[in-house]
Amino acid sequence: MTKYPEARKQSAVIPILWLVQKQEGWVSEPAIRAIADLLGMPKIRVLEVATFYTMFMLEPVGKTALIQVCGTTPCMLRGSLELMEVCKAEIGAKDQVSADGHFTWQEMECLGACANAPMAQINDYYYEDLTPESLKGIIEAFRRGETPKPGSYAGRHSSEPADGALTLTDPSLFDGSRAKPITALPNAKAPA
Amino acid sequence: MPKAKVNGKEVEFEPGMTVLQVAELAGEEIPRFCYHERLSIAGNCRMCLVEVKPGPPKPQASCALPAADNQEIFTASPMVKKAREGVMEFLLANHPLDCPICDQGGECDLQDETVGYGRAGSRFTENKRAVEEKFMGPLIKTVMTRCIQCTRCVRFATEVAGVSELGLLNRGEDAQISTYLAAAVTSELSGNLVDLCPVGALTSKPYAFSARPWELTKTETVDVMDALGSAIRVDARGPAVLRVLPRVNDDVNEEWISDKTRHAVDGLSRQRLDRPYVRIDGKLKPASWGQAFAAIAAMVKASKPERMGLIAGDLQDAESMKAALDLFRSLGVANIDCRQDGSVLGHGPRESWLFNSTIAGIDEADAIMIIGANPKLEAPVLNARIRKRWLTGKLLVGVVGEQADLGYKYNYLGAGPEALKAFANHGPISKERPMLLVGQGALNRPDSDAVLHLIAQAAKSMGVVKEGWNGLSVLHTAASRVGGLDMGFVPGEGGKTVAGMLAASEAGEMDLIYLLGADEIDTAKLARTFVVYQGSHGDAGAQAADVVLPGAAYTEKPGLYVNTEGRVQLADRVVFPKGEAKEDWSILRALSDDLGQRLPYDSLEALRRALLNDHPTFGHIDHAPGHASAATFDVGALGRDGVLADAPFASPINDFYLTNPIARASVTMAECSRSVKAARGLLAAE
Repeated sequence: MTKYPEARKQSAVIPILWLVQKQEGWVSEPAIRAIADLLGMPKIRVLEVATFYTMFMLEPVGKTALIQVCGTTPCMLRGSLELMEVCKAEIGAKDQVSADGHFTWQEMECLGACANAPMAQINDYYYEDLTPESLKGIIEAFRRGETPKPGSYAGRHSSEPADGALTLTDPSLFDGSRAKPITALPNAKAPA
Repeated sequence: MPKAKVNGKEVEFEPGMTVLQVAELAGEEIPRFCYHERLSIAGNCRMCLVEVKPGPPKPQASCALPAADNQEIFTASPMVKKAREGVMEFLLANHPLDCPICDQGGECDLQDETVGYGRAGSRFTENKRAVEEKFMGPLIKTVMTRCIQCTRCVRFATEVAGVSELGLLNRGEDAQISTYLAAAVTSELSGNLVDLCPVGALTSKPYAFSARPWELTKTETVDVMDALGSAIRVDARGPAVLRVLPRVNDDVNEEWISDKTRHAVDGLSRQRLDRPYVRIDGKLKPASWGQAFAAIAAMVKASKPERMGLIAGDLQDAESMKAALDLFRSLGVANIDCRQDGSVLGHGPRESWLFNSTIAGIDEADAIMIIGANPKLEAPVLNARIRKRWLTGKLLVGVVGEQADLGYKYNYLGAGPEALKAFANHGPISKERPMLLVGQGALNRPDSDAVLHLIAQAAKSMGVVKEGWNGLSVLHTAASRVGGLDMGFVPGEGGKTVAGMLAASEAGEMDLIYLLGADEIDTAKLARTFVVYQGSHGDAGAQAADVVLPGAAYTEKPGLYVNTEGRVQLADRVVFPKGEAKEDWSILRALSDDLGQRLPYDSLEALRRALLNDHPTFGHIDHAPGHASAATFDVGALGRDGVLADAPFASPINDFYLTNPIARASVTMAECSRSVKAARGLLAAE
C-alpha cells in the first residue's frame, strides 16, 4: 500500500483483489467489504470492479487446479470440444467444484495462445498443444499432488512450426559465408 | 463568443458547451437517455448521436462532445437518422414489450423516443435477456429487465444523494444495476431515482398500478413537509391525491424533492377529520358545525382572555394563521404562539429568522458552519445543495451539534455550546462568503437566547453579514414558521409561549386552548383545559381535543406559505376538503360570528388584502430578500448574553419520516421509518 499515494489509494483495487484471489483462491463477500474499508471506497464500487473482470472468481473454485479451457474459434477448430469432454468426464459439470473439492473447469474466451491451440490455462500457467490424452494426464498428475510442467505438450519449444522450421533454413545465413568486407560506408560522402 | 451552425442555422454559444447543448440552443431536440443536465456525462446510451463537421465521418455522441468554433452540426441528416434507428433497435432488443402493464407507460422516454426515432420492426430473433428483480427499499419498485443501463440512477445516488449504494455490475449483456447485496437505498432523496429512470425499470412502489398519467389532474403547488417550500406538482384523480412530483425551481429545490414530500401523500386519505366532533361524557361524538361553534362560544364567554391561548401548527397556511391571529387578538388574548418547538426567534428584525444567504446562495458560499442542525434530515434537498457545493472543492464545512453522516466531510468542532463558544472566539476569517447555518436544535433550548447571542457575536466578528452578503441563515423545519413570525404570531404583551401555556394548563390555569393544526406538543399536559383542535388529521391534537373542527390539508386549499428564506409562495388547491371539512380561514371566519367578533373579510381575496396591508412582505411572491438589507442589519444585537447550558445541540427531528400529522398517517412513511430503523439495528448488531 505504501506505493499508492493517500489520495489515490483506490487505484490499488485490482492488485488487491488479485492478491486476495491468490491467497484464498476466490474473492469472497467479506473480502470485498474488507477491501472497501481498506481503500476507503464504497463497497458497491469494489463489487463493480470484481464483477466486471471475469478473472475474479466470486465463488469458490477447486483447491488444486482451476482449469480454464479456451473455447474460441482456433482452439475449437483444433479440438477444444474434446478437451471439454475430458474435463466433464474427469471433473464434472462446468463451472462447478468437483466432488472432491480439488478441481473446477471453465470455458474461456480467447487466451491469446492460438498458435498453440488447443490450450488451457491451469492456475497460473498455459498448457498448450493439448490432446484429450495429455490433458487427462495433466489432471491425473494434479490429482497425485504433482505440478505438471507447463508449456507445449507436442514437444515444441514455444510456438515454432510443428514440423520444423520452414524459413531461414539456408545454413549460409548463419556460417558467415555471406559476409563481405565493407568497402565504403553506406550513406557516406564519396571521398573527394 | 464562438459560433456553430446547427442544421445550417448559426448560433452563438458559451465556450465549454457540448454539442448537445448547442443544438438545444438552436431549438433542435436531441433524443437522450443517459444524459441529464444535473448529472455527470456518461455517454453510454448513444441515443444523442449527431453528425459533426469537421470531424470523423461517423456519428458522434453529442452529449460528450465539446462544441467547437465554426462547427457544423447536423441533427437530422440521413446518417444521424440511421444511427439513431440502430441505437433504438439495440436498446429495444432486450427491452420487454410490457408497456401495457408498465407504470411508466405514457410518460416513458423510451416509448417517446421509439415513436420519434425508432424503426417499425425489430430484426432481433434471439431470446431476450431477463434480469432478476432487485430489492431497493420500500419506495422503489424494480423491473430490471426493462433497464437500459443508462446509469442515471447510479450517478444520482453517487453525485447528488451522496450515497454510493448503486452500481453497474458485470459487463456486456450481463450488465445490471444493483445495490450492494440487495440493500435498500438509504437516501432521503431516493424517490428521485424513479423520476430519473427514463424507462420503467425503477418505478414508485407505493404508486404501483394506481393510475395512468393521462387520467390525472395536475396541479402545480408547493410542498409543506419541510421549510424549503419545494416546487411540486400534485397529481390527483377525482378526490384522491395520488402522487407528488418535483417541479424545477432552481432557487429552491432544483428538481429534487425528498421522499417525505413525494410519498407522504397516502397520509392525505387516512385518519382524516371529515366532520366536527364534540366531546360529550368523555367521548368525541359527531356533531354539526353549529353545535361545535356553540360549545366553543359558551367556553369563550365564560372565560377571560388571559386564560385562553392559541397555538398554530407547522403546516398552516398564512391566511388561516392571520384569521386566527386577528380573531384571538380581538378577543384580547395575548397567549399566542406558532413555535411549538419552543424556538426563541420571533422578536427583532425579520433577518433574524430568515435563511438570509438564500438556498441558491449556497452555490456561492465558501464556508458553512452548521450549528445545531442536521440538514440531511431537516431539509434533505438543501443538504444535497450543500453537498453539490462541497463537491466543487470550494466549500469548507464545519459542524457544531450532532455528528451525523451528512454525505460530505466536515470538521467536527463539538456537540454543544462549549464548542460554539470556542468557535465564536475565532476572530476574523479569510473567507469571502461565510455562512452560519443555524438549526432549530440551537434555538429551541432554555438557553437559546444566549446561544443566539454567541452566534451573533461570531457572525459579527467573522464578517458573516456585510454589504452584498448575509450568511446568517436560519434553517427552519416547519413550513408555517416564517409566515407566522412574519405576521407576529408570537405572544403579545404579557402573553405565554407554548411551553408557558402547557405549564399553565397543567396547573389548571387555562380555560381554553385553540390548536390550529398543532400536534407536536405534549398533549398530556392539556388534560385540564378545554381544547379546540382545528386541523386535517386525527393526530395527537385531535385526540386531546374537546371540540374538533375539520380543516383542509395543504393540498385542499389555496394558501400562502413562506419558506425558510422568506420566500412567499402560493400554493394551489388540488382537491376539495374531505367530507364536511372546510378551508381553515373560512372556519375561523364562521366561528368569529359566533364569538361576536366578526372578522372583516368574507373572501380569501379580502383576507389576503388585509394580510398584505398589515404585513407587506407577503406581497413579494416568489422573492427571497437575501442580502438586500444586509447593510442595515445589526447582527450583533441578536440574542441576550446569558448562562449557557452543557447539553449538546440535538436536531429536532428524530424520525425523518414521521414529522407531521400527514406523514404519521401515511402507511408508506411508516414503512420507510421501519426499514430505516431495521437497517440501523442491523448496523448496530454488526
